[in-house]
Amino acid sequence: MAERTRDLLLRSIIERNPIALLVLGICSALAVTSQLITAAVMFVCVTLVVAFSSLTISIVRHQIPSSVRIGIQITVIATLVILVDQVLRAFYFDLSKQLSIYVGLIITNCIVMGRAEGFAMSNPPIDSFLDGIGNGLGYGFVLMFVAAVRELFGAGTFFGMEVLPLTTNGGWYLRNGFLVLPVSAFFLIALLIWFLRTIDPVQQEER
Amino acid sequence: MIAHLFEIVFRSLFIENLPLSFFLGMCTFLAISKTVKSAVGLGAAVLVLMTITVPVNNLILNKMLKAGALAWAGQAEIDLTFLGLLCYIGTIAAIVQILEMFLDRFSPGLYNTLGIFLPLLTVNCAILGGSLFMVERDYSLVESMAYGIGAGGGFFVAVVLLAGIREKLEYADPPAGLRGLGVTFISAGLIALAFMGLAGF
Repeated sequence: MAERTRDLLLRSIIERNPIALLVLGICSALAVTSQLITAAVMFVCVTLVVAFSSLTISIVRHQIPSSVRIGIQITVIATLVILVDQVLRAFYFDLSKQLSIYVGLIITNCIVMGRAEGFAMSNPPIDSFLDGIGNGLGYGFVLMFVAAVRELFGAGTFFGMEVLPLTTNGGWYLRNGFLVLPVSAFFLIALLIWFLRTIDPVQQEER
Repeated sequence: MIAHLFEIVFRSLFIENLPLSFFLGMCTFLAISKTVKSAVGLGAAVLVLMTITVPVNNLILNKMLKAGALAWAGQAEIDLTFLGLLCYIGTIAAIVQILEMFLDRFSPGLYNTLGIFLPLLTVNCAILGGSLFMVERDYSLVESMAYGIGAGGGFFVAVVLLAGIREKLEYADPPAGLRGLGVTFISAGLIALAFMGLAGF
């Protein structure tokens, strides 16, 4: 049992990473990675939504008629996202302004739908909950990696604290303007995919 | 007025291109861009759908959800903006369904090209993102029509360009770990860089 729990939680980080292997949930991921703090908030929001939507859908899975299941899943997910959005707006208004529409876009984040459809519909609630958290971790891992590189080398800071003093402030580090641009996330993720597929060659694509 | 509308179309087509500068609709963008033929089908489906959904969601926002919007029903004090997300995604899902049935009945040829992509688009971030940007920027009905056309067209351009490159990439020989997804990411990044030139970087 403990083995299965560990497996559900951790396999999504390297072996079955939702972004790098399954190409899910890239949509809202890349644009929020210019700072670690926004990436961390997004990570927490997505993890909560995936975990609780999987739990809810798994609890009612025997009552859902298969013809309307997508509609029901979207309703559950959208309700959770509205909750998250309202909480952010109420307590962390600045962050919610920075994340702008990307919080709302968690609804259409393919990871959430993918886990609801692919795992929660056919597994018991506790397992689905853990699987949801695991996938949130896999998503967060990619997000935090990209954000750490972009913030550290693009702005010289780490969670807003100055690590590499910029030349503009009398320090020695000339900031890398390219990493501030959203485009750099494409290349960083490509490098991450390359790395993951080199240490785990099973994931490599056939030609 | 016309110049203003043209500006909105042009901005959303090139400068604020949804997949390339906001990373919206990435999943479908990367998954269905292996051949130009399917990319054209997907792009056309997105274009049609966004041209319809953005103005419709604009009507829903202004006539039902905003504070005071229900004045026509005698309920001026109700503010339902917090239900926005649920309503927009519901509207999109409904329009996808209607469009699918309509095409199936009246235009089987078009249904065969666009039909397979339509269900996918319910959960496409670009479609929902378009509606959310419309809300955030407070567009009027006419402006949101222009925005829908521009944003959908932008997706069309981006996905067809990427598919064109990926067809040629078949003949390339990248390192094993980069094969497929990795190279696709890099080429999408290069296209995005080129598009940034239009914004004046």
